[in-house]
Amino acid sequence: MSRAREFADLAGAADAGGITGRNLIINGGMKISARGTSFTGFGAGVNYSLDRFAHFHSSDGAFTVSQETSVVPTDFTHALKVQTTTADASIAAGQRLIVFTRCEGNTVSHLNWGTSAAKTVTLSFYVRSSITGTHGGAIGNGSDNRNYPFTYTISSADTWERKTITIPGDQTGTWATGTGRSLQVVWGLGVGSTYSGTAGAWAAGDVNSATGATTGVLGTLNATWYLTGVQLEVGSATPFEHEPYGVTLQKAKRFYQKVDNIQGQTVHAFNTSDAYVRFPLEMGMRANPSITPVSSGDSLHFAGTAETISARSVVAVKPEGYLYKLTVSSTITAGQAGHYDNNQVNAFKIDAEL
Amino acid sequence: MNEMNITAAQYVQHDNVNTMVKATIDGTEMHVPLDPANRHYAEIMKQAESGGLTIADAD
Repeated sequence: MSRAREFADLAGAADAGGITGRNLIINGGMKISARGTSFTGFGAGVNYSLDRFAHFHSSDGAFTVSQETSVVPTDFTHALKVQTTTADASIAAGQRLIVFTRCEGNTVSHLNWGTSAAKTVTLSFYVRSSITGTHGGAIGNGSDNRNYPFTYTISSADTWERKTITIPGDQTGTWATGTGRSLQVVWGLGVGSTYSGTAGAWAAGDVNSATGATTGVLGTLNATWYLTGVQLEVGSATPFEHEPYGVTLQKAKRFYQKVDNIQGQTVHAFNTSDAYVRFPLEMGMRANPSITPVSSGDSLHFAGTAETISARSVVAVKPEGYLYKLTVSSTITAGQAGHYDNNQVNAFKIDAEL
Repeated sequence: MNEMNITAAQYVQHDNVNTMVKATIDGTEMHVPLDPANRHYAEIMKQAESGGLTIADAD
């Protein structure tokens, strides 16, 4: 692409909503992965991996998901990798393996989807797979009852390729505009007929891929599929927006945070057996988050004496913080201040994902 | 189709009011707020309303 063309496209992007901040996808460059870098052992259901990206699995196969740093396209340092460890060569109609990212309504409300003023968008992404041929995916709404299946072609095995798909805005259907789940982008890695539909047209229903798309990634042992540089924008495609790392990190923390290695958090003894710790969050989250505490490796001290914690419970949550209750076996003094330590990585996982 | 495998759920009280659900979701114990915008709570309620999950009273 020439520089003149890039500037022309950027000018178009400015008309559509701005030169910066035009990518509606968070962490499209796959740099943020607060939950870890390698994921395996999934049951059926939704599992988040790299920030803002998840997969849904319901099949007889098995696979790993990881944050890749070696096999990446030029200009990128990270990618999401899926590798099949148990093939499902006979995917039933209702089975599927998909990778997806979901947009909050607040992020996409200006698209006006569900109205006659719905804007056209373009999805672009870098993809690489050991499986060549026609692959599929879909755009859908948060209620899983509107879909626009698409296809893309992997021309050469194990080679990065950039794909662009233009999608006319949906003028019907319900598209959340607040803090709820709105637009979602889905890539099918092996999708049965129940969840496949005709590419290139809006339709009702829960569809994750295009009819006729390959199921070869899930159906082939050791098959690989990589994704990065995901961008969804108003109008036509522009170069991927490499925003500052800190900007992406802050965006991602609206949906998922973790607390590591707590040292000296102030504790207040409410009565002779219960103490409370207040944990403020780094930024307001999308909704009241779920909290997963690590129940071992922590300690509680009052006046230099270690207390035995007999029970732990999160008792109140807001998007800005949460209240943790510690019950002790011995008697403590109401009103006394103490301190709480937890040396665990992922001492608290805080989830407000869509 | 269920988005999560929920095998246990119990209300948690604060000042004698139900404020959270302690639930085992996909094998992990989580503390879930009573917020319909929270995906875990939404799924707990969906499975409870379909009869596949019972939320126990608080201790």
